[in-house]
Amino acid sequence: MAPHSRRISGLLVALALSGQALADDVQVAVAANFSAPMQAIARAFEQSSGHRVIAAYGATGQFYAQINHGAPFEVLLAADDSTPAKLESEGAGVPGSRFTYAVGALALWSARPGYVDDAGAVLKRDTFRHLAIANPQTAPYGLAATQVLEKLGLTQAVKHKLVEGQNIAQAYQFVASGNAELGFVALSQVYRDGQITQGSAWRVPAQLHAPIRQDALLLAKGQNNPAARALLEYLRGEQAATLIRAYGYQR
Amino acid sequence: MPLTSADFAAIWLTLQLASLTTVLLLLIGTPIAWWLAHTRSRLKAPVGALVALPLVLPPTVIGFYLLVAMGPHGPVGQLTQSLGLGTLPFSFAGLLVGSLIYSLPFVVQPIQNAFEAIGRRPLEVAATLRASPWDCFLSVVLPLARPGFLTASVLGFAHTLGEFGVVLMIGGNIPDKTRVVSVQIFNHVEAMEYAKAHWLAGGMLLFAFLILLVLHLKVRPSLRSA
Repeated sequence: MAPHSRRISGLLVALALSGQALADDVQVAVAANFSAPMQAIARAFEQSSGHRVIAAYGATGQFYAQINHGAPFEVLLAADDSTPAKLESEGAGVPGSRFTYAVGALALWSARPGYVDDAGAVLKRDTFRHLAIANPQTAPYGLAATQVLEKLGLTQAVKHKLVEGQNIAQAYQFVASGNAELGFVALSQVYRDGQITQGSAWRVPAQLHAPIRQDALLLAKGQNNPAARALLEYLRGEQAATLIRAYGYQR
Repeated sequence: MPLTSADFAAIWLTLQLASLTTVLLLLIGTPIAWWLAHTRSRLKAPVGALVALPLVLPPTVIGFYLLVAMGPHGPVGQLTQSLGLGTLPFSFAGLLVGSLIYSLPFVVQPIQNAFEAIGRRPLEVAATLRASPWDCFLSVVLPLARPGFLTASVLGFAHTLGEFGVVLMIGGNIPDKTRVVSVQIFNHVEAMEYAKAHWLAGGMLLFAFLILLVLHLKVRPSLRSA
């Protein structure tokens, strides 16, 4: 028993030490629409800095509630600019650390090739049963989608065809599985290096909706973590900007 | 009253879904329970395990496979489309199918336990008195298994009320069709409308407690005396 427990306590000491050595982990809450670029950015950042990124992907509104209730996130990459501003003013963020890391674009997308034309005229035809969007109350891309429908005068016409995903990832999933013929997704979900990766899409002109400014914020919990500051610094840099643009965002 | 008309619509929809699920599950679950209680087939163990699966599977697993299977490219979706029914996700019928699977063990297992507790003896006695199998089932088995049926109904109903993950994955948050109370609570929390969330969530808590209280007051004593 005794040598056994000694081995275990040795292990615990090693774990505790390694915990200290890994103090440059950074916990990041990332908006669902940014998950693909974030994975590429995290890889590049980890290689150049030696820090480690631990990312959680989800809806910005949900992150807001979790951060308010003590979630251990150190950096927030939101899908909007109002949530980080609110957290900053409420004291959950480090003052002055907020900046726009990407401006999002919206796409009307179908998993079927050739189904969506490049002017979005398919929306006016009555050939689809379901149009997927993200929940407009909580997801900025969902809100932008409703603004586009309003601008096009189609709100009433498609009202009974709307199906809502809880976030943009679920809206994408509804379309990808074919359950909704088309849907408004983040361009970054279906776009790589200048072209649509699968199916067919209409890149919605930016003037049809309010700009989707996505802000980053250093959270109070990450204030003294050099890795958190380094990640935000990296996000501001040109290397990250190139990656971000490759996914269809503006920078 | 801070509940909105959307909240009441969600409550009404949830009650409809839970009631319909319970009635259908009693009809589907009783023969399954009977078979499981009396069969000597080698299939008993695998079928029993299959029925119990929703007890341990995350609702996201059920929801994800339902979404894929009921979609236009999935086997169920192909079938419903060839029957001219369209596809099931984003519809009340789709939620009903999901709930039937999700709550199946909560109905089958109490009934199966009740059937097993009765054993073969009363059936044999009834048969020697020339009762037909139907007569025997209706006038011997059903009364003896009543507590089991009550438990099954209450648990099936209550469990369907609490369904969230499956609905979230296949529902699409459509008012009057797929937006049930649990999803509406989630919406309120996500939109940071905590006061509205409290009213619905608190109501749900109270309702669930009352249902289980009735179960414990009504069924447990009769179990003891049986």
